[in-house]
Amino acid sequence: MAIERHLNDTVHVTNLEWFVNWSRKSSMWPLGFGLACCALEMIAAFVSRYDLARFGMEVARPSPRHADLMIVSGTASKKMIPAVRRIYEQMAEPRWVIAMGACACTGGIYKNYAVVQGIDRHLPVDVYIPGCPPRPEALLDGILQLHAKVMKEQSIRNPRVTRVKVAGE
Amino acid sequence: MNQEGIRDRLVSKFGEDVVSDATMFRDQLCVTVTKDKIREICRFLRDEPDLAFNFLSFVGAVDNYPRTPRFEVVYQLNSLRHNHRFRIKVRVEEAEGGLGSVDSVVDVWPTADWHERETAEMYGITFNDHPDPRKLLLPEHWTVFPLRKDFPLEGTDDTPDLPPQTN
Ligand code: SF4
Repeated sequence: MAIERHLNDTVHVTNLEWFVNWSRKSSMWPLGFGLACCALEMIAAFVSRYDLARFGMEVARPSPRHADLMIVSGTASKKMIPAVRRIYEQMAEPRWVIAMGACACTGGIYKNYAVVQGIDRHLPVDVYIPGCPPRPEALLDGILQLHAKVMKEQSIRNPRVTRVKVAGE
Repeated sequence: MNQEGIRDRLVSKFGEDVVSDATMFRDQLCVTVTKDKIREICRFLRDEPDLAFNFLSFVGAVDNYPRTPRFEVVYQLNSLRHNHRFRIKVRVEEAEGGLGSVDSVVDVWPTADWHERETAEMYGITFNDHPDPRKLLLPEHWTVFPLRKDFPLEGTDDTPDLPPQTN
């Protein structure tokens, strides 16, 4: 790092893509959005004991237009799905999705007519967190996995484009 | 008033024929009444001062498939004034090429509104003269009745995730 030394360590030189990824993962704002019992564990992860603020995530946005991350925390009933898809479509790129809990991953204990058998039928999921419900530690681990994934993205060379899935995909 | 007393009041008002069946289970009397009279019976139970069933706890249904008559609609009554409870049922036949029906009791107890809407969408029973006969919980575009015994729990092609137009 010759140039840094040349300027008496007053600047840092880095790679732009790394820098963009680092900014994204360091202030990833989740959508304030919960579907069922798992949402309570998500709320527990937000408040002081587990303190998501440590990861720059304390601002849960009530508007999808400000949010980067949708944590699908809970059972997605079929009647709710048009609303969930609409909320996702309103989020600005780049956007990420965590499927939190057995219900969001697979439908969980509800293998029945009213529940979507996995939110990945409708949204492109980045991280799946198993558990019924997953403890806040598991959610934090999932979020850190997502951060690691974001750091590997080619945010400049190959920007991500995500869409809701259409039937049969 | 005890439950036999309530039944006797019903019989003395509407005649022997009105109670077609009565079962006692765990000290709870369950009386099956004739379907055509349900609204009059409910109004009577609500308005008599010594009965005063001023609170309808719920309306639900039972599917006795494959027995006939197939459905029973259950009314659980509660009197907040006298602190007594009473359960009445009516039998509803599955109609050929249509839905069985029973008179709505919304004009007796307004709370019956949502209970009857849920019962209607889940079992396919029509409540005559219901003021707002839309679905309550299920997606608008479904045409199935999921709490019927012959409906597969995991759903059918008629329970899609999305309404057809947004696919
Ligand atoms: S995974 Fe368990 S805790 Fe989470 S929404 Fe489903 S049933 Fe509730």
